[in-house]
Amino acid sequence: MKAAELLEKYGDHVFDEIDLDIKPESLVGFATACGETHPRFVDPSHTDFQGVPNYLTRVHGTRSLPKGFPVEMHRCFDAGKSIEVHQAVRAGDRITGRSEIHDIYEKSGRSGTMLFIVHRMNFYNQAGDHLATVDWRLVQREFD
Amino acid sequence: MATNAQSTPDKQFAEVEFGEDLPEVAVDVSLDNVKVFAKAAHMMADRFTDHEEARKSGLPGAIVPGIMSQGVLVGVIHAWAPNAEVRSVDTIFRAPLLVDSKPTASGVVTDIDEETRVIEIDLTLKNEKGETPVVGTAKIAL
Repeated sequence: MKAAELLEKYGDHVFDEIDLDIKPESLVGFATACGETHPRFVDPSHTDFQGVPNYLTRVHGTRSLPKGFPVEMHRCFDAGKSIEVHQAVRAGDRITGRSEIHDIYEKSGRSGTMLFIVHRMNFYNQAGDHLATVDWRLVQREFD
Repeated sequence: MATNAQSTPDKQFAEVEFGEDLPEVAVDVSLDNVKVFAKAAHMMADRFTDHEEARKSGLPGAIVPGIMSQGVLVGVIHAWAPNAEVRSVDTIFRAPLLVDSKPTASGVVTDIDEETRVIEIDLTLKNEKGETPVVGTAKIAL
């Protein structure tokens, strides 16, 4: 099945949803290990305490791909992640993450054809505010 | 990573120059620090936290989680401008970054939009060989 066919079959719908409680110790550990020192990221008593901008990239759903998606995960690698931040994540937030396949495309080079799958998660807090959009680029080598 | 965000003054939009280099920082990807990250991020997998187990699965050693590298690059921005509001960051994982290596992280201002007041920064994580296993781009406001 070609990329366009896969996108038509599996794209454009939410295939997974998870809920997650945000703990202050997780926000602090994430930030300090990345070298952040500003109190708004590492001090839970700070009035503007929040997660670092890419904190939500750590969250995965219950499955990486829709049920029946014809990709062999052992032949895949993580090619990159992007996050668009709309609003800060805070300790005590109850987060909902919804997964969808945002895009699928092929690239060909000397090593053959690779299939790029863009897994998108949109995150919302308990008030329904849109916090962030995270795109994860998953690549399968030797796609044919 | 040795950052100095608390003592660095806030940066004003008018102070930023096109082509300005963000100070290079030494990055702490020691096994102990990666374990702190992995625990906080709920990513306690052997390939991140155990050299021997990582080698058994064909890796040259334990590797740094990609999103930790991304977080380190965000930290470079805050070390330069503690008040920076990161609107987006996009990172490309070109090759594994090894745990217990001695990488450095840096950035350069590549665009300043006077109308939207959004600043674009290219970010680079370099290993001891001078290779760049992780690169990225961020958009920020001040």
